[in-house]
Amino acid sequence: MNHLQSLKTLSYVQVRRILRIWIQTIIPPAITTALYFLIFGELIGSRIGEMPGYEGLTYLEFMVPGLIMLAVITNSYANVASAFFGAKFQKAIEEILISPMANWAILLGFIVGGIARGVLVGVVVVLVSLFFTNFGISNVFLTLFSILLTSTLFSILGLINGVYAKTFDDISIVPTFVLTPLIYLGGIFYSIEILSDQWQFFSKINPILYIVNFFRYAMLGTSEIDPTLGLVLICVFTVGFFALAYYLLHKGVGVKD
Amino acid sequence: MKALEIKNLKKIYANEVVALKGIDLVVESGDFFALLGPNGAGKSTTIGIISSLVTKDHGSISICGIDIDENFPLAKSKLGVVNQEFNFSQFEKVRDVIMAQAGYYGVDPKTAAARTEEYLKKLGIWDKRDVFIRELSGGQKRRVMIIKALIHKPELLILDEPTAGVDIELRRGLWDFLIDINKGGTTIILTTHYLEEAENLCRNIAIIDNGTIIENTKMEHLLKKLENQVFTIETTESIPDNLKIEGFNLTVEDNNKFSVIVPKDVSMNKLFENDSFKQLEVTNIKNQTNRLEELFLNLTSKK
Repeated sequence: MNHLQSLKTLSYVQVRRILRIWIQTIIPPAITTALYFLIFGELIGSRIGEMPGYEGLTYLEFMVPGLIMLAVITNSYANVASAFFGAKFQKAIEEILISPMANWAILLGFIVGGIARGVLVGVVVVLVSLFFTNFGISNVFLTLFSILLTSTLFSILGLINGVYAKTFDDISIVPTFVLTPLIYLGGIFYSIEILSDQWQFFSKINPILYIVNFFRYAMLGTSEIDPTLGLVLICVFTVGFFALAYYLLHKGVGVKD
Repeated sequence: MKALEIKNLKKIYANEVVALKGIDLVVESGDFFALLGPNGAGKSTTIGIISSLVTKDHGSISICGIDIDENFPLAKSKLGVVNQEFNFSQFEKVRDVIMAQAGYYGVDPKTAAARTEEYLKKLGIWDKRDVFIRELSGGQKRRVMIIKALIHKPELLILDEPTAGVDIELRRGLWDFLIDINKGGTTIILTTHYLEEAENLCRNIAIIDNGTIIENTKMEHLLKKLENQVFTIETTESIPDNLKIEGFNLTVEDNNKFSVIVPKDVSMNKLFENDSFKQLEVTNIKNQTNRLEELFLNLTSKK
């Protein structure tokens, strides 16, 4: 059995899906990001000024890494959750399950789709950002690595959501009620140094804060939180949730009677 | 060699429905085998377990000599399944869906493209290759399902009601196609509600009811169990009111038509040689009984 061929096929099918529905997958993040830059950057940002800990950077420059992460996280998660649930809903998942494809190949195939959308949307957000501000990238390799790792982690989480989902509502509950609040409170628009001790405490138990700050460090070369913490956190979560997703597929949770 | 061997297969669903109560089944390589049963009898559960869409609670299954508990991927590579329900993305094009299925089985793109073209042409939907699946008719979707199941050249093909909702002309065309596939060496297991289909195509048959195999034999042996056959006879002239043929039960249906019940141990010659029958000018004799249907209903106690 040529598992590499089956992995290539599933990855190709997933990427083709993203490109086929580009109006749903690529355009919305571009518009949302442009609005964020217009409102928070151009109109309000000039009144906010510099963020503590990021002296020498405009508010727009501070915001760019956060907005890229916002797009990468939400899109990689949503892509795999909807692709996997959509395949379940249309029973197309049976095409994969009855084949001799290994579970790791199924898992990686869907993850590749999530990474592809995360990276694609990340690039779109960078391009949109360039209309509003100029910025350099401190460490290109670390920036790309961070995007890949983050989109991998949230693709896996999206797949776990898709595995358990029984209705279309189930794939929007986690993003709406868990992911979005955590992302918005994860230091995308502000430095936690401006928060009171109590809110700083709550912010510091939010894992997204570390992920955003690791990326901000990779892009801007500075971060209010030790970037190593973010890197370790993403790696541990990625390995842990990959193992969980593999176990769920192996057991046939959500896809087998 | 055994294409499929099932031993003591049991399945109880989470809602405590007992789907299979320990079935045993052997399908020899090269056979065209019918697996029949009423709705909810356990056919689809059996197929689901064989194809890994349903988990078993007990028992063993070997596909072409490979135990699924020992090497399921290898066993699955020998198997093609046409499920009862359409199971492809409605938003993909015909050729893309088939090529993807080949890829999942590890078939390289060049081989997959050649086979896709071959089967699409054989089943008469080559002109639909770049059409979205959702735009196909029911019959065309059925054909795509069959091609998907054959694209990796399986040794065992399981068809779960492959001709459901398909018009007669296409059904006959699919029969011919499946006969060719079977002659080429592929073992076929067919479930269908068109019992005429099973009678015409299959050499061996198992009937499952309420999670148990209640009959497993050669088709001809099963048909021999039929007690009576009913023939409808049409004549040119009016049938006399007092028509009687000794030894046969008659029912006059109209002026030119009557039906006669012929027990299985009575020769038809006895009917033809009867003096009363000889006086009639017969234009048509039809076997009214769907033989397998009669047996099926008797066996599953639904008559």
